[in-house]
Amino acid sequence: MRISVQTEPFDLGAELAGFGRGAGAVVTFTGLVRDDTGTMVALELEHYPGMTEKSLRGIAAQAQARWTLADLTIIHRYGRLSVGAPIMMIATAARHRKDAFDAAEFLMDYLKSRAPFWKREIGPDGPGAWVEARGSDEAALDRWAPPGGRAGAGGDDPA
Amino acid sequence: MTLNVLYFAWLRERIGAPSETVETDAATVADLVSELRARSEYHEAALSDLGAVRVAVDQDLAEMETPLQGAREVAFFPPMTGG
Repeated sequence: MRISVQTEPFDLGAELAGFGRGAGAVVTFTGLVRDDTGTMVALELEHYPGMTEKSLRGIAAQAQARWTLADLTIIHRYGRLSVGAPIMMIATAARHRKDAFDAAEFLMDYLKSRAPFWKREIGPDGPGAWVEARGSDEAALDRWAPPGGRAGAGGDDPA
Repeated sequence: MTLNVLYFAWLRERIGAPSETVETDAATVADLVSELRARSEYHEAALSDLGAVRVAVDQDLAEMETPLQGAREVAFFPPMTGG
């Protein structure tokens, strides 16, 4: 398992070299900076050093407890990232594709609203609005909740 | 107890500082919020709409009723936008 919170770009090809060796399926997702306003030049990502790593480890542990994974990688960047630049990637390896796909979707849903990152739009005139959390991202967690319960707060103790 | 209180994103901007050290006997996060709001008009502005504020105690997500006994670090921030 590899978890990294970094400013530097990552190399998807290099990350996948030897990843999940012996597994039957590898799924990857890469998130890119999207221009939602039509005038955005970059995103500034702030995070909570310490809690970020802790929450990513917690989310990864939940995925490993839920699916049989041969390996997983989470890389999330912070700082100023230009439109089109890669923000984050996840990779999951499993014996069969369903586990790899489901675990990847679970990781993405949790990263969206349970990992302490905050995005701010940078326009041609400098810093603009903070990106607001979307209700649909929060709602996406519900499908992973155990029957009769709500999705946990993440981290080490999902109670 | 002495708490390290952290602020992120627009809470940090409204309060004008990324962190502060607070001497408090607050029993819960809600008690701490009441004390912080009395500190300045900036705190009051940042912490007035708690529906838009999330909290972590010692780097675990928490709620307003979470007890602070033994806590060292409390952070306030907007809903997260990772991914």
